[in-house]
Amino acid sequence: MNLFADLPLLSLSVWLPIVGGVLVLFSGDRNPVGARRLALVFSLATFLVTLPLWGLFDTTTAAMQFVERQPWIQPFNIYYHLGVDGISMPLILLTSFTTLLVVITGWEVIQYRVAQYMAAFLIMEGFMIGTFAALDSILFYIFFEAMLIPMFLVIGIWGGPNRIYATLKFFLYTFIGSVLMLVSLIYMYNKGGSFAILDLHQLPLSLTEQVFIFLAMLVAFAVKVPMWPVHTWLPDAHVEAPTGGSVILAAIMLKIGGYGFLRFSLPITPDASAELDWLILTMSLTAVVYIGFVALVQQDMKKLIAYSSIAHMGFVTLGFFIVFRIMDRGSLQGAALALEGGMVQMVSHGFISGAMFLSVGVMYDRMHSRQIADYGGVVNVMPTFAAFMVFFAMANAGLPGTSGFVGEFMVILASFQANFWIAFLAATTLILGAAYTLWMVKRVIFGDIANDNVRALKDINAREFLILALLAIAVLALGLWPDPLVNVMHPTIENLLQHISVPKI
Amino acid sequence: MQNIYLAIPLASLFGAVIAGLFGRQIGRAGAHWVTILGVATSFVLSLLVLKDLLLDGGAVYNAPVYTWMVSDGIRFEVGFLIDNLTALMMVVVTGVSLMVHIYTIGYMHDDPGYQRFFSYISLFTFSMLMLVMANNFMQLFFGWEAVGLVSYLLIGFWYKKESAIYANMKAFLVNRVGDFGFLLGIATILYFTGSLDYYEVFGKTAQLVDGEIEIFSGAAWSAITVACILLFVGAMGKSAQVPLHVWLPDSMEGPTPISALIHAATMVTAGIFMVARMSPLFEYSETALSFVMVIGATTAFFMGLIGIVQNDIKRVIAYSTLSQLGYMTVALGASAYSVAIFHLMTHAFFKALLFLAAGAVIIALHHEQDMRKMGGLKKYLPITYWVSLIGTLALIGFPGSSGFFSKDSIIEAVHLSELPGAGYAYVMVLMGVFVTAFYSFRLLFLVFHGEERMDAHAREHLHEPGAVVWLPLVLLAIPSAIIGWLTIEPLLFGDFFKGVLFTLEQHDVVAEIGEEFTTPLAFMLHGLGGVAVWLAAAGFALAWYIYLRNPEIAEQAKIRFALVYRILDQKYFFDRFNEIVFAGGARLIGSLLWRVADSMLIDGLIVNGSAYLVGRASRVLRVVQTGYLNHYAFAMVAGLILLLGWAMLG
Repeated sequence: MNLFADLPLLSLSVWLPIVGGVLVLFSGDRNPVGARRLALVFSLATFLVTLPLWGLFDTTTAAMQFVERQPWIQPFNIYYHLGVDGISMPLILLTSFTTLLVVITGWEVIQYRVAQYMAAFLIMEGFMIGTFAALDSILFYIFFEAMLIPMFLVIGIWGGPNRIYATLKFFLYTFIGSVLMLVSLIYMYNKGGSFAILDLHQLPLSLTEQVFIFLAMLVAFAVKVPMWPVHTWLPDAHVEAPTGGSVILAAIMLKIGGYGFLRFSLPITPDASAELDWLILTMSLTAVVYIGFVALVQQDMKKLIAYSSIAHMGFVTLGFFIVFRIMDRGSLQGAALALEGGMVQMVSHGFISGAMFLSVGVMYDRMHSRQIADYGGVVNVMPTFAAFMVFFAMANAGLPGTSGFVGEFMVILASFQANFWIAFLAATTLILGAAYTLWMVKRVIFGDIANDNVRALKDINAREFLILALLAIAVLALGLWPDPLVNVMHPTIENLLQHISVPKI
Repeated sequence: MQNIYLAIPLASLFGAVIAGLFGRQIGRAGAHWVTILGVATSFVLSLLVLKDLLLDGGAVYNAPVYTWMVSDGIRFEVGFLIDNLTALMMVVVTGVSLMVHIYTIGYMHDDPGYQRFFSYISLFTFSMLMLVMANNFMQLFFGWEAVGLVSYLLIGFWYKKESAIYANMKAFLVNRVGDFGFLLGIATILYFTGSLDYYEVFGKTAQLVDGEIEIFSGAAWSAITVACILLFVGAMGKSAQVPLHVWLPDSMEGPTPISALIHAATMVTAGIFMVARMSPLFEYSETALSFVMVIGATTAFFMGLIGIVQNDIKRVIAYSTLSQLGYMTVALGASAYSVAIFHLMTHAFFKALLFLAAGAVIIALHHEQDMRKMGGLKKYLPITYWVSLIGTLALIGFPGSSGFFSKDSIIEAVHLSELPGAGYAYVMVLMGVFVTAFYSFRLLFLVFHGEERMDAHAREHLHEPGAVVWLPLVLLAIPSAIIGWLTIEPLLFGDFFKGVLFTLEQHDVVAEIGEEFTTPLAFMLHGLGGVAVWLAAAGFALAWYIYLRNPEIAEQAKIRFALVYRILDQKYFFDRFNEIVFAGGARLIGSLLWRVADSMLIDGLIVNGSAYLVGRASRVLRVVQTGYLNHYAFAMVAGLILLLGWAMLG
């Protein structure tokens, strides 16, 4: 037990995959088998290293745990400062779990530049874990930016025909967003002399300052989530990305936006957040309703799932910002439910969207088409796969008993505490989510065999079965017993609520 | 007892999991044995539970099984509430399910999806048990949606049929509209009481009664009315009440055993069960009760009418189910909760019987469902005929049959009710009696009597089905005939539901009925003199005259009343309307938002537009625009350094 406690677990989680990625990169393209194996070893090792973060996590405290702090750029008070609490730890585990699956997914599908492909994902994993673990805002910013590069390469090299447009759109959108955040970080450093995130939480700021900082960060995080109306890069990026890229993008990268709101916007600018919550609520509800309708008419499966991701992420931001409306009523009752619901929705969406993209990937690998119209009657030839697909589709539609239900349920219940109509609009996801998901399932999975290409399909192999089964177990486990996950967050969420309920001005 | 309670749903789940995951390994016989044993275990244990509560003086059980989640101080739990209502539902669900399991051996004999089918119906039994055994709203919602899932899977069981996979999606989506209301209803309850546990909520009903909720600005609504109506919207979806009834007739695309089990006997009655369970809430909102009664009455009469023009044997029974669900709903609205549950029980037996008998006819005729190609089957399928007759008599409320007692109690209850809408409901349920008798005997005559309209090939192969098929029919026919007589006293006038179903004194119409008639015999004698019996007789006589004596009349009527026929044939245009307005409208909105808002405005104008502007501007700066990522990355780092430098100096 203490064996682990004495190790710098967070540094290991960040650097092990990066070092592994570099090693894989140097192993070269001539030896794809070796590259795959090496990548598997490192991703598995990283996953194992992150497990004790959960096992040794102290669920009674809101303080940062597994903290590491070393001076880094001393003239600017910048530290190599890592630590996790109840909101970042689950996301780190989600990252290491998903990356492991992605490495297995690419096993035989990727034949072109295998080593570089695997290396990109490992390095990206390190950066993403770093983003979640960073307690110094400059360190956060560097990881936040750095992870764009491997993703940019993944889409640009292994992507579809229109990948250049998609990568540029992806890169510019996210890059422009984050530059503004950097400006606001520097402004606060000038004011308070520290880049430490926890110091920024305590930094007194006037309402005007808060509004500017809030808006600057909003751009950065809203693009990442993505929130309507800065969402249009996501469908393009997903369509062009290889399956692994889509999975990481949907399962992890979008979460960094949501995480940013919790780690930065809410605690640093609580008054501006309260002041401008109508903006976020509008954007979130638009995501749920408007994007739900848009998803309905998609012809391309990946686009459909991409739009569905935007709608589901709407619940995350809705949960995070509805708290101010709840607190307006004079009690905190329901506020924690909203924040925890948003968090649960993030983790759950990681599993489900990952699984949905993997399922489409399974079909794409065989048919080289993402068009719904090219499919029909897949269940006749791929019964095992169809069972998984229907299961994940139901999870995507928020069926109770799957993880997809938990977060939405919590956020809808909490929204009702604030306003009937907000809950009403949010609950339309019950209908819209089921409509777009099941209509796709009807056209792709069910029916008679549509054409000879479908007739020639082979059911999933052992590797694909393993990945889908692991995700199915995760989705089911979280749906049937979310308490262990929610329990981890309690002190952190309570602490955050206490913090934001006290005005800074 | 606690372990027994847990074992009841789990036994069914076990069978479902084994047959579902290892169907290939255990084979067909393995699949039906494991699921039948599972459900049989559930049934026997359910009987034990009922016996324990009734005879051995067992106490009501209300305890959590495990804590699903704690958030914000609210405990979300999975737990059981076992009282007389639960026990009765458990026995009905597992009993009918067991019969259907056995019947399925014969019905699905040649189907390649044999194991899958058994797995689904056992999974359904599990889900339905979790629904009725719930002690809190969250688990109720779990079971609610889980039975919806299994219904979806089973309607689309023959997934190659386009009509089947259309019907199952429609069923799921229409139910989701109901669930949308249901979930908001749950949210209302949580908001005002701070709990999702039944007993805790019932204990805090006052907070709902006093609570007000401002939905439209300026107008405050009573919280309990809002909560009850929203909950009832869920029931309208699940129990197929107008206008959310449209999925149930289409659900007949599924195999007949599930039409009997899910879409007649059990799942569709979940809404009825739920409202009865929530009687401590509904009692305090007369507005909600009136709403319930009017919706139920409308369904009871107008859906029955459609049954008259159907030619598909299963669809006639489906519309009959809609109509009977309407009767149960009317009873709920009249605060006669025990009567609703009573009719739910009798209906479960006789409607499952009618469906399974129809299934026996359908397989005997090699999957022919059109009644115009049947006729005179009485001599080929005697057992099926006699059990169908029993089922039909129960359905129309023939004096002494199970349906007579339950339906007549509903009519009496509505008659005595003083809530707004009761007058309308009374007329509707009375006319419904005539309609029910007419379409029921129309079916019986068209199928079993008259000339033989099937082709010669089909006639040669006609024979009574095997024991696995007729045995469940006979076992269901017995309660269809006698269970009303046996149970009306304890269920309605005794204290079976004491402490479970709650009725305010001023609403208590059942007690009023009970004051007049204390024995089944007295009740029956009173019924014989009532108008309902004569209406039923008239319906029977008319059907006999039109379909056996003078078959041309039906055709002539079709021509003479062409408009009425068309309205009925088109089911009041509900489907057409939904198709155009909701399905078409949603697709149109989606397309507009996507093509115009997303692609043209956001992407075309703003994103690519600004990219274009930047492009124009940067032609000047083209030298540095190399297009290589490493250059950009370098610029980024350089920029960072510059900014930091500026920050340090500033």
